[in-house]
Amino acid sequence: MIRLSTPKFRDRDVTDEGAYLNRRQLIAAAAAGAGLGLAGPAFAAPQGLEPNSFEDVTNYNNYYEFGTGKRDPAENAHTLTTSPWTVKIDGMVDRPGDYQLEDILGQAQIEERIYRLRCVEGWSMVIPWNGFTLASLLDRVGVQSGAKYVAFETLARPSEMPGLRYQVLNWPYREGLRLDEAMHPLTILASGLYGKDLPNQNGAPLRLVVPWKYGFKGIKSIVRITLQDQEPFTSWNDANAREYGFYSNVNPQVDHPRWSQATERVIGAGLFGSRRETEMFNGYGEEVASLYDGMDLKKNY
Amino acid sequence: MIADRINRATRKVPAWPLYILGALPPLWLLWQGLTGGLGVDPVKEMEHQMGLWGLWLLIAGLCVTPLQRFAGIRLIKYRRAIGLTAFFYIFLHLLIWLVLDVQIVSQIIADIYKRPYITIGMAAFVLLIPLTLTSNNWSIRRLGPRWRQLHKLVYVIVPLGGLHFFLLVKGFQLEPLIYLAVILALLALRIRLPRRKRTVTAG
Repeated sequence: MIRLSTPKFRDRDVTDEGAYLNRRQLIAAAAAGAGLGLAGPAFAAPQGLEPNSFEDVTNYNNYYEFGTGKRDPAENAHTLTTSPWTVKIDGMVDRPGDYQLEDILGQAQIEERIYRLRCVEGWSMVIPWNGFTLASLLDRVGVQSGAKYVAFETLARPSEMPGLRYQVLNWPYREGLRLDEAMHPLTILASGLYGKDLPNQNGAPLRLVVPWKYGFKGIKSIVRITLQDQEPFTSWNDANAREYGFYSNVNPQVDHPRWSQATERVIGAGLFGSRRETEMFNGYGEEVASLYDGMDLKKNY
Repeated sequence: MIADRINRATRKVPAWPLYILGALPPLWLLWQGLTGGLGVDPVKEMEHQMGLWGLWLLIAGLCVTPLQRFAGIRLIKYRRAIGLTAFFYIFLHLLIWLVLDVQIVSQIIADIYKRPYITIGMAAFVLLIPLTLTSNNWSIRRLGPRWRQLHKLVYVIVPLGGLHFFLLVKGFQLEPLIYLAVILALLALRIRLPRRKRTVTAG
């Protein structure tokens, strides 16, 4: 289940005054949590998720802007400057503009969300994120009635991202969601993990987490969010449309053309750990299956 | 000259220590894997490392003849050890995939015939088996000229190995392309253009 624990500020913000505010937000969060509890199954995520160690989560990353090896981001991402950070929010919104990260986080209700991350490559790990619902930010900027999709864009700064020298993908990295997916209460923007500021290799300072989709949908180091009425360009779909669809919901019945998606390697299980069966919608089916009612998920992979 | 110096230096170095050296990387990987030195996904790391070492050695094996022909460096006495060690690494690569990675028999079988990169990798491995079994003096004597014919299979096996690597990466990546280019270049060196008939005129 999702722990709605103490709201966490960014490390550098924790002061005595912060502690006071923290308590106030805690009460607000508890009230909100109680409300959500009453709301019932909307928040009934897979039970008993045991998080991977901080070590696992921060040393096994796909962040091709810092190299294609799993350990490259941990080695190279220290060069990334995450302050100051601005997120441009534009398109079909009432209040477009360049939003300072502090401004976004200052008004956000930070919660802890323990989610399983299932990578399209066939492995998974469990991560305790700190973040807030994307819906809360979208509500704040005012989504206009014609908007149907949300497009996201990652920073592309060659001086700090050595991987950009190689055209592994068509940079900048871009992702997108349908508006109802974006507004779903499980969809969050994470600004931390394990109660700490988000490490650079995990997509600092702000990244998307959509637990029922393959990990690559969780775009990192977001600099732009655009509301639009067209299905957005997405980087992996552009690189290989047959292998990576726009939806990319976790689905054990739809194989990647080059490998099976029926099972996944459990990261952190060691040399002799066993695989686990991949769950439909990564185990979040109860909450999200209705978003896709009547859709052929084999066609809309 | 460098070639002479290498030839002189290697004259007294037998091939057998290569087999002992060859056993070290897998043992080192196993040790690292058991003690956490391979990071958080030791299975994939071992699998990739063994595949990569195997590919390196197959490429090294293809270098022996061109080095002799174009640079005069004679390393032919080490070629059997290089080839057998390559097979050993690729066998371990396969074993790690079977036992530690996929584990599930039905999925292994499905993968072999459904996934082109695995089909290609398996084909290359299967083709390596007869070469391994005949890498001994007795087989060379027994097979005579057919031995050379049989061992030309490496010209198929090594590009298949490079293709296997190229097909499994995500996105457009440079490393497997470099290996493929090197392999194709080494094969191209073996193409003999039809010799122009020398006109021998008496007188």
